Amino acid sequence: MTASRNPTDWKSDAMQKRIARRYAKERRFKALGLAAILLSAGFLAFLIITMLGGGLGGFTRTQIRLPVNFATAPIVVDPAVLQGANADRALSAANLPVVTAQAAEAALGKDGDSLLAPNAWLVVRDAIKADPSILGKQVTLNVPASAAIDLAAKSDGTPEAEQAYAMLRQKGVVFRSFNWPFLSASDATDPTLVGIWGAFKGSLLTMLVTLALSFPVGVATALYLEEYAPRNRWTDLIEVSINNLAAVPSIIFGLLGLAIFLNFLHLPRSAALVGGMTLALMTMPVIVIAGRNAIKAVPPSIRDAALGIGASRVQVVFHHVLPLALPGILTGTIIGMARALGETAPLLMIGMRAFIATPPGGVTDPATVLPVQIFLWSDEVSRGFIEKTSAAIIVLLVFLLAMNGIAIYLRNKFEKRW
Amino acid sequence: MTGPALLLLILGLGVVAWVTARARATRMQTGAPRGAMHSLPSYHGWYVALWTLLPAALFLAIWANVTPAMITYAVLETPAAQTLPADRFERAAILSEARALATGQQQAAFNPASTPLVQPYRDATARYSMGGVALALALAFAGWAYAFTRMRPDFRARTRVERLVMALLLLASLIAIITTLGIVASLLWESIRFFSMVNPIDFLFGTKWSPQSAAMGYGNKDAFGAVPLFWGTIFIGAIIAMIVAIPLGLMSAVYLTQYASPTVRKWLKPILEVLAGVPTVVYGYFAALTVAPALRNFAVSIGISGASSESALAAGLVMGVMIIPFVSSMADDSLAAVPQAMRDGSLAMGATTSETISRVLIPAALPGVVGGVLLAVSRAIGETMIVVMAAGLAANLTLNPFASVTTVTTQIVQLLTGDQEFDSAKTLAAFALGLVLFIVTLLLNIVALRVVKKYREAYE
Repeated sequence: MTASRNPTDWKSDAMQKRIARRYAKERRFKALGLAAILLSAGFLAFLIITMLGGGLGGFTRTQIRLPVNFATAPIVVDPAVLQGANADRALSAANLPVVTAQAAEAALGKDGDSLLAPNAWLVVRDAIKADPSILGKQVTLNVPASAAIDLAAKSDGTPEAEQAYAMLRQKGVVFRSFNWPFLSASDATDPTLVGIWGAFKGSLLTMLVTLALSFPVGVATALYLEEYAPRNRWTDLIEVSINNLAAVPSIIFGLLGLAIFLNFLHLPRSAALVGGMTLALMTMPVIVIAGRNAIKAVPPSIRDAALGIGASRVQVVFHHVLPLALPGILTGTIIGMARALGETAPLLMIGMRAFIATPPGGVTDPATVLPVQIFLWSDEVSRGFIEKTSAAIIVLLVFLLAMNGIAIYLRNKFEKRW
Repeated sequence: MTGPALLLLILGLGVVAWVTARARATRMQTGAPRGAMHSLPSYHGWYVALWTLLPAALFLAIWANVTPAMITYAVLETPAAQTLPADRFERAAILSEARALATGQQQAAFNPASTPLVQPYRDATARYSMGGVALALALAFAGWAYAFTRMRPDFRARTRVERLVMALLLLASLIAIITTLGIVASLLWESIRFFSMVNPIDFLFGTKWSPQSAAMGYGNKDAFGAVPLFWGTIFIGAIIAMIVAIPLGLMSAVYLTQYASPTVRKWLKPILEVLAGVPTVVYGYFAALTVAPALRNFAVSIGISGASSESALAAGLVMGVMIIPFVSSMADDSLAAVPQAMRDGSLAMGATTSETISRVLIPAALPGVVGGVLLAVSRAIGETMIVVMAAGLAANLTLNPFASVTTVTTQIVQLLTGDQEFDSAKTLAAFALGLVLFIVTLLLNIVALRVVKKYREAYE
């Protein structure tokens, strides 16, 4: 034995300093980790606050109380027609824009008409249709203000608009209210008239097609691969394709949809049908992968028990394995659908970026979807569109959060530990 | 009879077939000795219902595709069609107008020649649709009769129904292969057409990208050099985004797995998941409207020249944030896969937690982390909306992060939106770019998965 080493003197200054340094480093490292995650969370908070700050204004609109004197107005309409089915056509030809403009000039001054939204006369039309007896009377109608006044009311307007708005405030004829048309109207050229209903309905139809195609096919594929497929080259090929499809950039699916569905099969352009088919190809691998994991989690003892009492292999799967795996499959499906709902790029490729002013009636009608509508509005020059874009983003985010929330709830409620 | 009504009728027949066959099988069962029935009554029901439905449905699918041609042929045979012009295109135009008039899609004729054809069209359509209905119903009844007469107690209905179910499952799983083939075929086909107009060498190594000038007839030689696009894609997706995403994602994963208490973890993890669930168009809007102007003002204030309101930095930063949850979850998985014994050993030797993480866990998990980063890169370079909205269209070959660059995906969108002619090099170039993107992401994924797999095996 050589001379034993001196034991470390932990109490010595040098050692204490060294430990303090190492502990300080430890604390710094931990703080760095916390900072990283807080930075990510902060970014999310910043994003949401920016969208809320910019978008909540989009849910309100500015209206003006406009007195209209129908007794003196140059209106050319036969009250008898107003009861029939042709009321709209008769009123459209009844000089109403001029009536509205004159009423505005009388009430609000020389440029009164420019303070109203271009569709203000539609309010007048609807009022007459609802109650033809107002013809010949003086009534006060609430008409939407123009985009410039609307911005000024949200203290974001040009100096002239701010002046005009101050004038309106002084007269006490201007007020703000919830923007119902934003939820019920479709795309338009004027930011005060736009709504998300058309795009929302397009999204709904597209998602319907996507779900109808990708869910059965995805579940069937997962069942086949997990329960029946023999281990051979074909099965490997199927698995490799599915894993690759899950990682292919979404825009490639758009190119596929354009080349195959539109140019080869000649399906209608811009239709929810083609959009749904394209997104279904994208969503299917997600459902397959989630489905396989859910099916894998069902313990083999259940299969053995069912086989043991004489069930066939198809009965085992459809009577026992599938019902037990269904919550997991549904969770995966909802997450896949949420991804499809937020997808934009492949739909741009197949022409769903057209200006659609009427909501689609069916899956073959030209349609657009919510994310594409957001993209289109973000390209608009008019400043009134900024808050509408943010408002549409809020609606989209609410839906996505709700879908993800349902998925998490399902996962927690039905998750089984065997 | 309209299509949907006919389908409903046949579906109704199927339901009736199911109910009657099942009832008959139940009666057989009550009379037969125990064990004499091979299948449960409902399988007999399904067997008969499928025989009623499938042949008729199949026939209708084929019929719907062949009748338009047959109707046109029948119309051309009528005396009214003998006066049609011989020119093929003119004739087709008149015929399609007559068809639109006959089906009511069009109110009035532009070309008077199409008016006399409307009535023959209506007649032929009515004749063929009547024939279709009759044949479909006949097939449904024939199928029903065939299956119904085959019902015996020992008939193996279940085996046959299950064979069909298996065939359907196999068919469904083949769709994945068909989709992959469809992608490859469509990209290759259009790319080959593109490369017959533009030399592949010029495309892959040229440094000048201006498809507009090619469209205006200045020749293809110098217009389709894709190097600036490749550089822009790498600059944004693989460099700037990764500089943001790797440290933040890795440190988030380290904190969540090694330091955070279960409660903190429970609250912070969903935040990362939400970050992953935000649609890319929202990120794009945020990058274009909030981040890019701020960065431009910053660049101008510190005197950087060439600062653009559509900068590579803005798109890259936001894309990096988008990728954080992805990197974090991959790192999470690889850290969790490191055997507990290695961690315990390091701690037992007196190392602090941070020393254990940086000297033991991360080196051990490195292959998994690298694989995750490769997957993240493949996702970043395929990302479209952020770069479309925030990165700009100018094909610059620059190192200045405040300048505008363009990417492969941006150009695909740019080339394919708006007016399209399907034989111009400009449109086909999008498919060539798509092919390059597809191959690169595929290779990245294969390499990444191989790295991850190899590393997992090392600890098993």
